[in-house]
Amino acid sequence: MLLSLHKGTAMTLFLENARIIDPEGDTVTTGNVIIDAGQIAAIGAASAPKGAQVIDCGGACLAPGIVDWGVKIGEPGERHKESFRSAGLAAAAGGVTTIIARPDTTPAIDTPEVLEFVTRRAAEASPVRIRHMAALTKGRDGREMTEIGFLLDAGAIAFTDAARVTTDAKVLSRALTYARSLGALVIGHPQEPGLSKGASATSGKFASLRGIPAVHPMAERIGLDRDLGLIEMTGARYHADQITTARSLPALERAKANGLDVTAGVSIHHLTLNEFDVGDYRTFFKLTPPLRSEDDRLAMIDAVASGLIDVIGSFHTPADEESKRLPFEDAASGAVGLQTLLPASLRLFHAGQLTLPQLFRALSLNPARRLGLPQGRMAEGAPADLVLFNPDTPFMLDRFTLASKSKNTPFDGARMEGKVLSTFVAGHQVYGAAS
Amino acid sequence: MFRARHLLGIEHLSPQEILAVLDLADRYVDLNRRTVKQSDALAGMTQINMFFENSTRTQASFELAGKRLGADVMNMSVAQSSVKKGETLIDTAMTLNAMHPDLLVVRHGSSGAVNLLASKVNCAVLNAGDGRHEHPTQALLDALTIRRAKGRIQRLSIAICGDIAHSRVARSNLILLGKMENRIRLIAPPTLMPAGVGEFGCELFDDMCKGLEGVDVVMMLRLQRERMDGGFIPSEREYYHRYGLDAEKLAHAKPDAIVMHPGPMNRGVEIDGELADDINRSVIQEQVEMGVAVRMACMDLLARNLRADRGAKAAGVMA
Repeated sequence: MLLSLHKGTAMTLFLENARIIDPEGDTVTTGNVIIDAGQIAAIGAASAPKGAQVIDCGGACLAPGIVDWGVKIGEPGERHKESFRSAGLAAAAGGVTTIIARPDTTPAIDTPEVLEFVTRRAAEASPVRIRHMAALTKGRDGREMTEIGFLLDAGAIAFTDAARVTTDAKVLSRALTYARSLGALVIGHPQEPGLSKGASATSGKFASLRGIPAVHPMAERIGLDRDLGLIEMTGARYHADQITTARSLPALERAKANGLDVTAGVSIHHLTLNEFDVGDYRTFFKLTPPLRSEDDRLAMIDAVASGLIDVIGSFHTPADEESKRLPFEDAASGAVGLQTLLPASLRLFHAGQLTLPQLFRALSLNPARRLGLPQGRMAEGAPADLVLFNPDTPFMLDRFTLASKSKNTPFDGARMEGKVLSTFVAGHQVYGAAS
Repeated sequence: MFRARHLLGIEHLSPQEILAVLDLADRYVDLNRRTVKQSDALAGMTQINMFFENSTRTQASFELAGKRLGADVMNMSVAQSSVKKGETLIDTAMTLNAMHPDLLVVRHGSSGAVNLLASKVNCAVLNAGDGRHEHPTQALLDALTIRRAKGRIQRLSIAICGDIAHSRVARSNLILLGKMENRIRLIAPPTLMPAGVGEFGCELFDDMCKGLEGVDVVMMLRLQRERMDGGFIPSEREYYHRYGLDAEKLAHAKPDAIVMHPGPMNRGVEIDGELADDINRSVIQEQVEMGVAVRMACMDLLARNLRADRGAKAAGVMA
């Protein structure tokens, strides 16, 4: 059941008997949380304040809401695939309280006017917070930088051309230099486009057997190396959207050790699936970058655990049935993930690979921190953006139950554990599972 | 023995199923050499050939095979069809499916396209080549040719040479010959050798003379210029010099080694014209002959399974 949009002032809430996950303090404690005026007012209080609505959490987990960085929404241009409303509903049902949306729309979000339009539409339609990234170059063409200053003033949270690589190093270096003077964060997609052109799988035995055009994982390292070189040259703030192969990790580690202002993310699909999942040309498993080897998957999990990779995101990419019901090479790339991000992440918890605080550090705390948002923390005074969930509830995913307009999930029919019970945004309950 | 519903690739066949096809094909070879080449194995059935990629040889072979078995054969030329008007592969398949064909023979330029199509129709689907994935009837006809020339299809040393990266013929042959326990050597310039192929349990060579040392069978592949987006080899004359099969290079193979080519040949690019025509070494014409017989065998076996399947369903409805 979905509750109304968060309008007006929030009630005072007393959430009792919750397993409170604090990614900052790296702790899980059982206790009560008071929410007042849209903020976390107290953690660990013994009794409810007067007039507060009491919610018994029954020992379920309470964590800072997920900040999902890199979500594609179809507005403007492809509303039949996803609208702000449908994406917001999917997010609320998935425990995502802040969507960081991509600018690879039609047209691209590359002017303050388009940005203002989508910001207004998002605020009207979505039950969760939506912030927009803007394009780094006009039309995402890689030729001329956008009005980075105006876009920042209009609320752009970061700058990226999404999966399109700015091939001209001169253009990129100028954009980075300009962004640096404004303190803007630039997000790159590490990939050598010459090598990855036409590829829809990772090269190796499996891709060769299936006869799918493939790209060597080194293409990602080469792209990352180039970007890091330009960051060292310009001093800009940089985030690599997805690091998916073990070969990229030493370069990332070196850059961080050398004090470059660099962070990196990874998609939940690259942490939970590998190249063999494509099986007999299942196009819902066609992603950008393509799924990697099992060794790479395990290396990415270790990198998240050690903190080398900072952020886990869904890279939610809605695609309609027509664009997926095609031969593998011709099919659209990408998967929806807003609603499956949490249960898929919990696979890593249940496998003993990541603790719950580690997970929410990568899902909530780190992305918020890197983007300069106050969300993502379980602390007094932080926004009351929270998710209440039971990590152990088993279910079988039926893709037609997803709230997204597009149902292209690779987890259709998969056995998963973890059910969102309630989602709160600024102290308002925006989602509550039917009891 | 042969249980498959579709023939999508060699990957899904067991060695026993492969032998079942070859044994039946041997009988169709005899039939095809008679003056009256008629069987009623597919009598009353409808076969549609859908070739999304241009083909003369394979399409003719499938058409002849179907007609000799008594099927009604229709060739759908994609150049004149609704595919050009933007209809998707699945819509085309669904439309044809509604006309109740029994056998659908499909060639398509994308790997996996035939698998996709097979999942949407309720007739038997034969893969006549999909992208760079598989071309199962070619591998089966090659196996039949080898078995008839060498007397067996096990424990032979077989070299596959040329443009392996772009070749579905190479993939299907690699899988089939591996399943039948042969020693396989792949010979190609490193740019035309697919990644990870060493893990299939074959030996890799970039020197043709070393690769051909003592082999029983030399399988040449066509240089697939239409699938290349440039720059895999420096020039055709250098390729011919290093990887073109001529008498000198063939001298490294066993004295009774046979030479095969799936056709169409680029004479002077991957094979010397005289060698290709040498009836003492080249079995290229036999391959074409075996092609019709193997395709007859495959369609016959699939039709038997289709009938059994439909019979079982009808019995289920009555019970």
